[in-house]
Amino acid sequence: MNVRSVLVVARQVVNEAGRRRLLLALVLLTVVVIALTVWGVSRVDDLRNAGQPLSDAQKKTIVSQLLILVMFMFSWVLSLAAVFVASPAISGELESGIALAVLARPIARAEYVLGKWLGLIALVVAYGVAAAVIELVAVQTVSGYQPPHPFEFLGFVVGEGIVILTFSLMLSTRVAGMVGGVIAAILFGIAWMGGIVGGVGAAFNNATITHVGTATKLILPTDGLWRGAVWSLEPSIVIAAQQQAGPAVAANPFFAAEAPPAAYVIWAVAWIAAMLALAIWSFRSREI
Amino acid sequence: MAIANGAIRLEHVTKRYAKVVALDDLSLSVEHGVFGFLGPNGAGKTTAVKILLGLTRPTSGSGSLAGAAFGSKASLGRIGYLPELFRYQSWLTAREVLALHCELAAIPGARWPSEIDRILATVGLADRGTSRVGTFSKGMQQRLGLGVALLDDPAVVLLDEPTSALDPVGRHDVREIIRGLREKGTVVFLNSHLLSEVEQVCDAVAIVDRGKVVAQGDLAKLLGTSSLRVRATGISREARAAMARFGELDDGADGAIVIKGIDRERIPELVGAVVASGARVYAVEPQHESLEERFLSLLGQ
Repeated sequence: MNVRSVLVVARQVVNEAGRRRLLLALVLLTVVVIALTVWGVSRVDDLRNAGQPLSDAQKKTIVSQLLILVMFMFSWVLSLAAVFVASPAISGELESGIALAVLARPIARAEYVLGKWLGLIALVVAYGVAAAVIELVAVQTVSGYQPPHPFEFLGFVVGEGIVILTFSLMLSTRVAGMVGGVIAAILFGIAWMGGIVGGVGAAFNNATITHVGTATKLILPTDGLWRGAVWSLEPSIVIAAQQQAGPAVAANPFFAAEAPPAAYVIWAVAWIAAMLALAIWSFRSREI
Repeated sequence: MAIANGAIRLEHVTKRYAKVVALDDLSLSVEHGVFGFLGPNGAGKTTAVKILLGLTRPTSGSGSLAGAAFGSKASLGRIGYLPELFRYQSWLTAREVLALHCELAAIPGARWPSEIDRILATVGLADRGTSRVGTFSKGMQQRLGLGVALLDDPAVVLLDEPTSALDPVGRHDVREIIRGLREKGTVVFLNSHLLSEVEQVCDAVAIVDRGKVVAQGDLAKLLGTSSLRVRATGISREARAAMARFGELDDGADGAIVIKGIDRERIPELVGAVVASGARVYAVEPQHESLEERFLSLLGQ
């Protein structure tokens, strides 16, 4: 394994995103979203309940829920952007012919795939962390609300992006970008629905439906990590309210009663490693 | 420069895609000079090059490129390649594309600027080095691709239809570049369906059709078969029979008789026989078969 070759390919991925103005588009749109959120959060102080100002606990609950909704949108943008960028990352270069000249250099297929993966991860981490940190700091500055587990939140959201990115890159070793993108986006949606279905199963104590939800969380661990991100943003009063409501709220994709167990996080990391290995194997055995 | 185990070696290479046979028991050996791999579209030329580079695996057979296994780093580190489908990163400048390939080829960083300058001058892009590839015409992209293939003086250069997007000036330039490579001792493998291109620069050729080599050897030998046009009147049946002993007869459009494959040393003997039969001979014109005629006759077999 030649680390230098891996880094050359990774740098090209980042370079391309910069030169094609993908990063610029993301930054501009993100600034708009953050500005809107800050404005929205700043208006919470003006809310009245029967003519009376809201209590601090009520404000905290509203701000935390607003933050979860905005971050939900961010996580979708991050994940779908990862799908759009990763799905054609290899297949697009094969179709255009760019890969022919590169792969005729002394670079192993595994180095090429790893380089693409690292470059894409750099993009997802940079965008995910920057956007989330700015949003969290902006909300805290305006409302004084700080979520209880901001670092865990970053880990879960970026992890979700890396899962779908790795899956899309694996598809990119075999199918056209358009096809891989559609497959990854649909499965991402199914995994999200699977989380809700599993919650419905838990709410109505139906083992079969609960198992369907658990299976989707294991097959594509995006929604499972998203639940971790939600938990990281919830203040203790929200968690206490949920626990009182019992399993009935488990189906709500914007609530999480507890953090995913460590075993699940380990599973997600192992899943990413296995998917990357599959991508390398798939590309090595591919005829160009 | 001589390469141990030969520059290019293909031994009984067969490649099947489902029911299609792209290459059928192909054997080739190139040691030096400019080798033309000639065939119509779909003959298997690009498949052969992709197998040499390890981009595609042969169904059966073996061989080597630049003295090492197909697709090995040892082999790919000593070659240059211009693909038939040439596309380079549109978001980079020509210099950046060349720098990327310098890096992939592990050329020491201190040498990049001079090497890139030399290459840009060689392929006629010296004044466009800082332009984005996305602004290049197809011909300019093909010139850049040729430059990428020539970086760091590789021992073997594989060119797949290198002039397909070029104008006559560009084609002339490429021929000059290929001649320059031959003088340096670089082995050039030229895939082409353009006979004039091959005829002008190649030392040896293989003609391939439907995955099979139908003729192979020195260009001079391959074209060595000569024919003779005889214009005469009063040719009797006996005279034709006498002429047919020297080669295959064909009637020319202007009433002349063409004797194909005649040995040049026997031309006076043939003329004597025709005259002796009572015919009146007006002209005897030795002719060389062009590569195009040879190509068409081979593909027609």
